[in-house]
Amino acid sequence: MSKVIKIKKGKDIQLVGVAQKTTSARTVSSSFAIKPTDFKNLVPKMVVKAGEEVKAGDVLFHDKTNPDVKFTAPVSGEVAEVVRGERRAIQEVRILADSDIKYKSFEVPSALNAENVKALLLDSGLWAFMVQRPFGSIADPSVAPKAIHVSCFDSAPLGVDYNYTLANEGDAFAKGLEALKALTEGTVHLNVHEKANNASLFTHASGVQINSFSGSHPSGLVGVQIHHIDPINKGDVVWTINPQHVVFIGRLLQTGKLNLSQQVAVAGSDVKNPQYIETIVGVNVEAITTDNVTNDNARYISGNVLTGSNVGSKGYLGYFDHMMSIIPEGNEYEFMGWLFPSYPRPTISNSLPISKFLKKSFVVNTNPHGEERAFVMTGEYEKVLPMDVMPVQLLKSILAQDLEAMENLGIYEVIEEDLALCEFVCTSKIDVQKILSDGLDLMAEEG
Amino acid sequence: MKFLRDILDKVKPNFEKDGKLHFLHSTFDAIETFMFVPNHTTKRGAHIRDGIDLKRTMFIVIIALVPCLLFGMWNVGALHYAAQNIDSTLLENMLYGAMKVVPIIVVSYLTGLGIEFAFCQVNGHPVNEGFLVSGMLIPLIVPADIPLWMVIVATAFAVIIGKEVFGGTGMNILNPALTARVFLYIAYPVEMAGEIWVSGIKEGLVDAASGATALGVLGGKDLEAASNYSVNVMDAFMGFIPGSIGETSVLMCLIGAAILIVTGIGSWRIMLATVIGALGMGLILNAVGGNPYYDLPAYQHLLIGGFAFGAVFMATDPVSAAHTTTGKWIYGILIGVLTVLIRVFNPAYPEGIMFAILFMNVMAPLVDNYVVKANIKRRLNRVKA
Repeated sequence: MSKVIKIKKGKDIQLVGVAQKTTSARTVSSSFAIKPTDFKNLVPKMVVKAGEEVKAGDVLFHDKTNPDVKFTAPVSGEVAEVVRGERRAIQEVRILADSDIKYKSFEVPSALNAENVKALLLDSGLWAFMVQRPFGSIADPSVAPKAIHVSCFDSAPLGVDYNYTLANEGDAFAKGLEALKALTEGTVHLNVHEKANNASLFTHASGVQINSFSGSHPSGLVGVQIHHIDPINKGDVVWTINPQHVVFIGRLLQTGKLNLSQQVAVAGSDVKNPQYIETIVGVNVEAITTDNVTNDNARYISGNVLTGSNVGSKGYLGYFDHMMSIIPEGNEYEFMGWLFPSYPRPTISNSLPISKFLKKSFVVNTNPHGEERAFVMTGEYEKVLPMDVMPVQLLKSILAQDLEAMENLGIYEVIEEDLALCEFVCTSKIDVQKILSDGLDLMAEEG
Repeated sequence: MKFLRDILDKVKPNFEKDGKLHFLHSTFDAIETFMFVPNHTTKRGAHIRDGIDLKRTMFIVIIALVPCLLFGMWNVGALHYAAQNIDSTLLENMLYGAMKVVPIIVVSYLTGLGIEFAFCQVNGHPVNEGFLVSGMLIPLIVPADIPLWMVIVATAFAVIIGKEVFGGTGMNILNPALTARVFLYIAYPVEMAGEIWVSGIKEGLVDAASGATALGVLGGKDLEAASNYSVNVMDAFMGFIPGSIGETSVLMCLIGAAILIVTGIGSWRIMLATVIGALGMGLILNAVGGNPYYDLPAYQHLLIGGFAFGAVFMATDPVSAAHTTTGKWIYGILIGVLTVLIRVFNPAYPEGIMFAILFMNVMAPLVDNYVVKANIKRRLNRVKA
């Protein structure tokens, strides 16, 4: 391993309720859903109708603008309902699962090359896990990427430990990497943390470039890693994929079946017994949290507390997520709370000395601890963004809808999650990720 | 606290959309959120947020100003009695000072907040906390004998022209408190210049000569007086000298600076850069030499006039200062350089720091622009490499 890339800026937010390294094999849930809203700018076109029977791997819907990109059932069963929202946009495709999963079988090519791997991934629906930079949308299969990056550690609060969850997936992971190598003529980067990623499946991977990082969150974000290894310039396209999803690809190549079972961390201060649960992509939240949540007034976040989505206790786990963060809602008044905080809360500000220097984990809630204001403080975002990008100036260029400035200031290098910590630390409580998301949409549309 | 909450909840409907007192909703909102952090929750993006907010930020600046304020009150009284050769106790000094200073503070807050609330009401904005600091800064940078109506006019000018026309806190180009000070200086030159710095001169209680400041003498027409003048370094550092209410004591400004820097609220880069700029320019002038002001030891520029107060509390206003890290260094150094230049080369304006800061407030976006351009250039160069 060559030199370690040190990430000096950022902050690890220590929260109560880290998932213990135990896995309970919960009975398979009966309800699963794939949510088109999990994918950026996707307009889905249904292929199946409610009431039809599907096998795991059968196509549910495809991308309207690019019909090759298909989305398949994670389990076998009956398509129970297609939930639509405003203007009949499809929100969820729900499946009532069989107790024994029947798999569609895919033909696995004996020698891997870019074309046959691409075709297999598109047919099986695994392509949807491949995320493209810029913009963070599903990768365009017709474009050749400069590189493929896999971030092998999750530095976000309560993050998943891939050393643990993928400990027994070494063969599948290696097989998946084979597929990635076949997909690109560029480099496949495996980005590991110098301390956290000691499992042999990461350290002994072959034929890929292993980049070692140190430092706190957001060092685990693939966008930050790309910026330090080989930054994205105008016109570059880079693909990123999560190690769990590399394992899915590996399993498909090994068995010809779409096996989307994974370990999901159920974590947070409102979880009685925070640990990992063996389940499948798109699982119903109720199934993995019943009898394990101590608070009626809790927020159920699919993903981590900085970037996840509020799915509610009856919702479904997001397509890309392998963790549920369950924390108390903060819908309570706090008397003079801005002056005398009544409980410790995570902060980067020295003006809250008790919270700042307390060496313990926090019980955190969803109260923003203040109202939204115009930009006032400066130099805050820069403390938690280890990239040579000027976050405030970029956000202001987005607010001004100045496309040229957005491009010049590096909008191609970031997606929402990269600026999530900026949003966390913001004194003025500005919705940074929302602004960036609007900017990315505008750029994708116009650019 | 439940009791307070109940009262608020009870009267709240009156201020909501169809309530009788809807025209006061911004005012109610300001009071309510002052007493209770709202029960809102995050709607999108990061579900959890840092404990810091703008109220706390502004409050810490006010805390940092308290040493200057208390010392200023005492000093107003002490100088007043000393000029009349009356022995006075600490309490008497404080009392006299409070009698002079408290009305100015009250008037400044009433005027400023009144206007802010009205603007917020009309624009439908929540009341921003920015004026909490400006309202305290204004009294600290005026002479103790200032007529209250001038405070009202200056504050109104600062809030309306300095801030609200740009869109309120966060959007202003100039530091509002300094805008008020410069307004007074230019609109009422007679009242704001000369030997006015000890309370009681106007009533004839105090001999005018005792109100002379270092800046006044050094920059004055009387060259002989200037060359015979030497700054009493200890007095200037401690602040036992005539001047505006809160700015005379370098020590108190340093305590304020320590609070701002330790809490991370004030930019240490700007403060340090301003000091470096002033020292550097002072040393250059020392090297040139020629008249008493050129020869004033460079470090004494840091002690006299409003330099320390300006560098700690005015230059660091995050909204009107440069926003980028590199920009802050350039901005601070130029403030220091300009302060000394204005003092030495332009005797018509004895106090350089306020003009230097206001000028750099205007220039800060330009400085930032070049820093941002450098970032863009790095990004473009990457493609070529």
